Amino acid sequence: MRLALPPPRSIRRRLILQLLVVAALLAMLLYFSIRSVARDAVETTQDSVLGAATTAIAEQLRGSVDGVEIDILYSAFSMLGSISEDRVFYRIIVADQTVTGYEDLPVPTETAPLLTPIYYTRNFRDTQVRIAAVIRAILVGRTSVRVQVLVAQTRQGQEAIVATMANRGAALGLGFFAVAALLSLLTANTALRPLNYIAGAVGRRGPQDLRPVTQEAPSEMVPLITSLNGFIARLRGALSRTETFITEAAHHIRTPLATVRAQAEIALRQTEDADTRQTLHRMIRAIEDSSRSASQLLDHATVVYRTDQRANERFDLGDLLRGVVRSLDPTADLKDLILATSLPDDALTIEGDRLLIESALRNLIDNAIKYSPADNRIGISLIRANESAMITITDDGRGIGSLATGDLVGRFKRGGNVADVVGSGLGLTIVDEVATAHGGTLDLQNREGGGTCVRFSLPLL
Amino acid sequence: MRAFFTALALICVTFTTAAFEIEEERDFPVDSPRAELRILSTTDTVTFAPLIDAFQRLRPDVSVHYTVASSQEVFQAIYGENAAFDLVISSAMDLQMKLANDGFAASHSSPETQSLPQWAYWRDQLYAFAQEPVVMIASRLAFDGLDLPQTRQDLVRLLRDHPDRFTGRIGTYDPQLSGAGYLFATQDARQSDTFWRLAEVMGSLSPKLYGASGDMIDALTKGDLAVAYNVLGSYARARLPLDGDSVIVELKDFTLTLLRTALIPQTAGDPVLGGAFLDFLLSENGRRLIRDEAGLPPIDEQALAAEQHLRPIRLDPGLLVYVDPIKRKRFLAEWNAAIIHP
Amino acid sequence: MRFLLVEDNVDLGQSVQKRLAMDGHAVDWAQDLHSAQDHLGVASYDLILLDIMLPDGDGRDFLAGHRRAQRDTPVIVMTARSAVSDRVALLDIGADDYITKPFDFAELEARCRAVLRRRGGAAQTRQAFADVIFDPLSATLTIDGDTRELRNRELRLFEILVAAPGRIHSKAQLCDRLFSFAETVTDNAIEVYVGRLRKKLVGSRARIETVRGVGYRLTDG
Repeated sequence: MRLALPPPRSIRRRLILQLLVVAALLAMLLYFSIRSVARDAVETTQDSVLGAATTAIAEQLRGSVDGVEIDILYSAFSMLGSISEDRVFYRIIVADQTVTGYEDLPVPTETAPLLTPIYYTRNFRDTQVRIAAVIRAILVGRTSVRVQVLVAQTRQGQEAIVATMANRGAALGLGFFAVAALLSLLTANTALRPLNYIAGAVGRRGPQDLRPVTQEAPSEMVPLITSLNGFIARLRGALSRTETFITEAAHHIRTPLATVRAQAEIALRQTEDADTRQTLHRMIRAIEDSSRSASQLLDHATVVYRTDQRANERFDLGDLLRGVVRSLDPTADLKDLILATSLPDDALTIEGDRLLIESALRNLIDNAIKYSPADNRIGISLIRANESAMITITDDGRGIGSLATGDLVGRFKRGGNVADVVGSGLGLTIVDEVATAHGGTLDLQNREGGGTCVRFSLPLL
Repeated sequence: MRAFFTALALICVTFTTAAFEIEEERDFPVDSPRAELRILSTTDTVTFAPLIDAFQRLRPDVSVHYTVASSQEVFQAIYGENAAFDLVISSAMDLQMKLANDGFAASHSSPETQSLPQWAYWRDQLYAFAQEPVVMIASRLAFDGLDLPQTRQDLVRLLRDHPDRFTGRIGTYDPQLSGAGYLFATQDARQSDTFWRLAEVMGSLSPKLYGASGDMIDALTKGDLAVAYNVLGSYARARLPLDGDSVIVELKDFTLTLLRTALIPQTAGDPVLGGAFLDFLLSENGRRLIRDEAGLPPIDEQALAAEQHLRPIRLDPGLLVYVDPIKRKRFLAEWNAAIIHP
Repeated sequence: MRFLLVEDNVDLGQSVQKRLAMDGHAVDWAQDLHSAQDHLGVASYDLILLDIMLPDGDGRDFLAGHRRAQRDTPVIVMTARSAVSDRVALLDIGADDYITKPFDFAELEARCRAVLRRRGGAAQTRQAFADVIFDPLSATLTIDGDTRELRNRELRLFEILVAAPGRIHSKAQLCDRLFSFAETVTDNAIEVYVGRLRKKLVGSRARIETVRGVGYRLTDG
C-alpha cells in the first residue's frame, strides 16, 4: 500500500533561498549605504574646498570711499581646478546688485551668518551646480553694505568619485553576497546534518528493531523524535498485544480442540459400531483440517510480513534441510515413508531469511508426506546447480494432475485430484512467495511413471 | 526704389555676415569634396598650411576653410555670435577656458586625446597641441659688452643701470590690444612680484608696445629694439636667423610656457570632422608635422621635466579670474600706472 | 512409559491422561508448575509433556530452569503455537521436541519413541514374549539372537498385539491405530501388515492368529 504523498518541499532549499534573499538584501543595503556615505563624504569635502575659495574671495573685499573693492584671488579658482575638472561659476552681489560674474547664478534662499559659507544645490543653465555663498558686511564710508559672494561648481567630479566608490561598493556587495551564498549553503547542509544522520540511523535498522530512537537530536527535532518514539512504543505495544492475542487465541482455541480430538480417539477405542466410528472419523478429520488450516494461515501471514523486511543471514542450506528432515521423520515414519536424503558434504551457503526458508522447506516436505501413499519413498536431494542451490523432492504419489505450477501456487488452490486429502491449499503459495522473495524459483512437474517432482532453488552466495 | 532695395540688401548682408574681424581667410579645396572643415584660428595660415595639407592627404574628401582672427575676435565669434566653426584654435588659454567653462565647447574623446598628459587638457573639451615658451629676445649688438640677463632680477638691474642704452628700445605686448599679451602679463604677475618692478622700470624707459610677437621680432631685427620681453618662442625661432645678431633667452627664474589649445564648439556644423582634425593634430604623425612643418613644439612631457625653468600655464578655472572684467579693469589700471604713466 | 503431564486445562488433561493410559502408559498429571516440581521431586519419569501457558508461570521458564538444574528428563512441549520461530525458540531453550495441539496421538507416540531413542535408555523398554525379545525403541525383534528390524507400522502392530496377548483385536480397531484418520484405507491393508509381521516372526513360537470375521490375536505356540 503506497500513499500518494504531495511532492516534498525541501527544508534545505527553503533555508538556502531565505538565506540568499537575506544576503541579497543586506548586500543591496551595503551598496546603497556605501553610495550614500560616499556621496556625503565627497560633498562635504568638495563643499569645504568650495567654501574655502568663496571665503578667500570674500575676505579680499575692501571697503573704500568709492565703493567695495573686489579682488578675486587667482588661487581661489585654481584651487577648485585642483580637485576636479568641474566648470566654475561665480557671482558677486553688492547691495543687491550683481557687480560681476554670472548674473543668473541663483542666490541662497536662506539667510547665512556672516563670513560662514552656506551650501546649496541648484539647477543652473543646463546642469546642476553646488553653490557656496558667503555674506559680508563692508563699510563704505559710513554705511554698511551687504556683499554676497557666490562660487559654484558643476558636480561631475563629485559624481565620478561617487560612481567609483559605488562600483567598489557594488563589488564589495557582490563579494559579500557570494561569500554569504557559500556560507548559507554550508550552513544549510550543516544544520540539516542531524536530520539526515538520524534518518539514516533509523533507516538502517532491521525490520524487527522497535527500539526507541535515542540518538542526540537538536532541540527542534526533539518533538518529532518524541512523537516517533511514542509511535514506535505504540506500535511495539500493538504488536505485542497482537502477539499476546494470537498466543492467547491459539491457546484458547486449540486447547479445547485438543480435548475434542483426544476424546474422539478415546471414543473410537471404545466402540465397534460402524456408524459411530464413521462419525468419530469425520470429527477427527474436521479437527485436523481446522488445525492445519489455522497453522497454514498463520504461517502465510508470517511469510507475507517477513518477505517485506527479511532478516537476512548467511547459513548452510544443507544444515537447515537436515534439521527439517529430522523434525519430520516421525511424521513420515507413521506412514512407513522413507525420507531418502541426498545432501552434499560441503556447505552450500545462501543468504536469506532462515525462518522463511525453513518454513518453505517444512511445507514442501510436509506436502510430500501428506500426498504420498503409505509405504513409499520420498527423495530429498540438495545439489549445486550453476549459481543456485537446488532442492529436489520426489514422491511416487499421484502426481499433480493437469494443473500447471502457476495455477497450483495460487492461494487456496488445490490440485484436481486431491479432494480427499486434508489441506487448505496454502502450502505451495507459501513456498512460492518465499522463493520469489529470495530471487529463487519453484517448479512442479509430474514424473514419468507417476508421482511428483518439486524443484525449489535459491541463489547461492 | 532700386536704391532702397540695394540699401536693404546691403544692410541684410551686413547683418548676416560675421561681425567679428577676420584677418585672413583661405580655402583649401579638394577635387571631390564630401565635407567641408571650417577652422577658426589665431595661428597664421603660413604656419598652419602644412598641417592642413597633411590632413588632406589623409582625408582627400575634405575641403578646408581656414579663418584667422585675433584671440579676442575668435572669442567673440563663438561667445557672442555663435559662429559655426568645426574647430577653434587659439593661443589665448584664458579665453578658450572661458568658452569651455561657460558651455560653448563640445565633448570629444578618442585614443589620441587620451594619450595626452593630465596638464594638457581640461575635461574632454579643451585640448593643447603645442607648448611654447614665452621668451625674451635681445640684440647682441645692443648688448655689446654687457652680459645677457638670465633672470628677471638681472633684467631689472640691467635696465636700471643702463637707462641710456635701453630708453625707447624695450618692447613688449600691449595687454589691452593683444589677448596673448594680456595672458602673459597676468600670468607673469601671478608668478612673482618682480613683474611689477620690471613694469615700473620699463615704464621709466619709454617702452614700445606692440600687438603681436611678429611685430616685436621685426622691430628687433630692424634694430628698433634692443630687447623684446614676452615674445612667443616659436615665432622667434622661426623668424630670427640662427647665427644672426638676435638671441633668444629663456629666463631662468621662470619661463612661462603657453599651451596652444583647440576646442570643438557646440555650434559646429560637423563636430565629427572637427574631432578628426583634432585627433590628427594629437597623433604621432601630427606631432611630428607640428614640430617639423609648423615649427611649433608639440606637447612633450619629458621636455618640460628636463627644463626646470619652464612653467606651463595651468589649464584650470584660475584662468577665468583675469577674464573677469573687474579684475581686468584693475589689472590694466595698475599696468597703465606702471608702464604708461609712471 | 512413565509420563509427567503438565497441563492446566482440566478437560484436556483428563483426556490425554486417559488416552495415554489406554496404550498402557503411566501418566502423572500436574495442573501447575509447582505441583510439577513436587512430582519431579519424588518420582522419575521417562518423559515430560509440558504445556506452555500455566496458571503459575510460563512453561518455557520452567523448562529453562529444569535444564539449568541439570535435569535431563526428556521434554516434549505441547504448544498451541505453530510458527517456525516459536518451534526454533523451544528447541533452543531445551525442549527435545514439540507437538502442536490438537495432536495425533500416534504422532505423539512416534515422537516420544524418537526422543527416547536419541536419549538412550533402551534397556527399560525391552519386552519379552514367548521366545521373542521385543525392543520398541530400537524397533527390533530378536529371535534366537537373530535381530530383525521392524518398520513403523509393523512395530506398532506388534506393540498393540503384544500388549494384550490372546485378545482379539478387530480390523477396525487396528485400522484406527495404524492408519491416520486422513488416509483412505483399503480393505486388505491390515492383512498386508499382518503378513509382513508374520514373516518377521518366522522361527519363533509367536503366532498371529486370524479369527475369521472377528480379528487377529497374538498367541504363544
